[in-house]
Amino acid sequence: MKPALHLGSIMLLLLTWIVASHLIGERLLPDPKAVALALLDEARSGALTFNLSVTLLRVLASFAIAMVLGTVIGLLMGRYPIFDWLADPWLIVLLNLPALVIIVLAYIWAGLTDTAAIAAVALNKLPIAIVTVREGARALDPTLDEMATVFRMSGRARLLYVILPQLAPYLVATARAGLSLVWKIVLIVELLGRPNGVGFQIGAAFQLFDVTRILAYALAFTVVMLAIEAFLVQPLERNVSRWRLRPA
Amino acid sequence: MKETYPAGASGRLEIHIKQKSYRAATGGRLHVLGELSISLAKGEVAALVGPSGCGKTTLLRIIMGLDRDFEGVVSLPADCRLGVVFQEPRLLPWWTVEDNVRLAAPGASPAALNALFATLGLTEHRHHYPGELSLGLARRVALARAFALEPDLLILDEPFVSLDADLAERLRAELIELVSRRPVTTLLVTHSIDEAIGLADRVFLLSTSPAHLAADVPIERPRTSRSADEIAVIGNKIRSAANSA
Repeated sequence: MKPALHLGSIMLLLLTWIVASHLIGERLLPDPKAVALALLDEARSGALTFNLSVTLLRVLASFAIAMVLGTVIGLLMGRYPIFDWLADPWLIVLLNLPALVIIVLAYIWAGLTDTAAIAAVALNKLPIAIVTVREGARALDPTLDEMATVFRMSGRARLLYVILPQLAPYLVATARAGLSLVWKIVLIVELLGRPNGVGFQIGAAFQLFDVTRILAYALAFTVVMLAIEAFLVQPLERNVSRWRLRPA
Repeated sequence: MKETYPAGASGRLEIHIKQKSYRAATGGRLHVLGELSISLAKGEVAALVGPSGCGKTTLLRIIMGLDRDFEGVVSLPADCRLGVVFQEPRLLPWWTVEDNVRLAAPGASPAALNALFATLGLTEHRHHYPGELSLGLARRVALARAFALEPDLLILDEPFVSLDADLAERLRAELIELVSRRPVTTLLVTHSIDEAIGLADRVFLLSTSPAHLAADVPIERPRTSRSADEIAVIGNKIRSAANSA
């Protein structure tokens, strides 16, 4: 039932695309066949694989940095009021700083480098990760904490076996929202200051009004991200909730 | 003002509380514990009985070191290993029964764990998650967890409350078996005077809040050879003390 509906829904999307392409015209909206041919072309020349992997590496690097820092800072802020009071104003500033400002400043201060690009993306994701993890840390069960105290559990055991499992749903939620946010910002960063990657290609295609290439790259990278969601995030989510009672 | 945990040289559990109060939500202070002294010899099993809300759980939290805001002295036996059974099982829901026990007692040998699970009827539930257990089973896991680390001091806060009478009886028998197999200083909070007499070597009766010691009743006969008549006599003694308190 579910796969059939999914398939039907995808067919409908393609059909809408074809019809719209005929109505608007090939130049503004090329049909799926033209996009597929452009994709094949890029794949043959090796450009597609190269640009996709460059972008993916930037996504993964900035995502990993934002998640690790966000978890540590969020946990500290949720657990210890003193950190919360100290860091909260910074957090609010960072939350409200537009992505574009962070990117432009990073490039000005650190040069047009990959370090600047990755740092700028991580910095955009970081405050949202902190807020979500802090919420999770505030919701930690104090009775389990007391249990860990009276049984003299080591700090490491506490973190790994008592605290992180309670944070897991919050971490998965940040990871999911984070991946989709991060890859969108990576494209902007590439458009503004990198000589390669999906964002750069889309920028170049925009200069030439090459809608076919824009769609080809957007589609290709969306497929990559969907694959990550299906084969990485969802299995992880099932794994962290394996202890929950499933309806029989 | 508060001296907590000097290492007791004698192996005794010594509790001398001058007073304990909470800041009430409406302002002012809520006096929970009055002057109160309790002393337990090594291996002694004591029951703490008192009306509800008299501060029994507060007293236990002080002994466990979870509440340090009180006036008085608590001294645990030197290098005391503490095993606790809370009122609720407090298991980690994302680990199996066996993992829950191992996490609290990393040093327990596989053979000791097997024996413990067998005694408590948990062998077939080792790989279940706490969410899949009934309350009775979850309470047994909490008992297993407290025993697995071979404690020097065992604290139980109404461990058999809200279980049906048969099951509570069985668990009491299991507890007796465990403490007779390996003597451990035990402090058990209960509402039931009969339960206290059935399990303990001495019964501490607390007054209403602010709690002080209303009676300290030692029971000479070993647990296993107490007759129903004797239990009734001791019970009446404690009840009359409770009424005059």
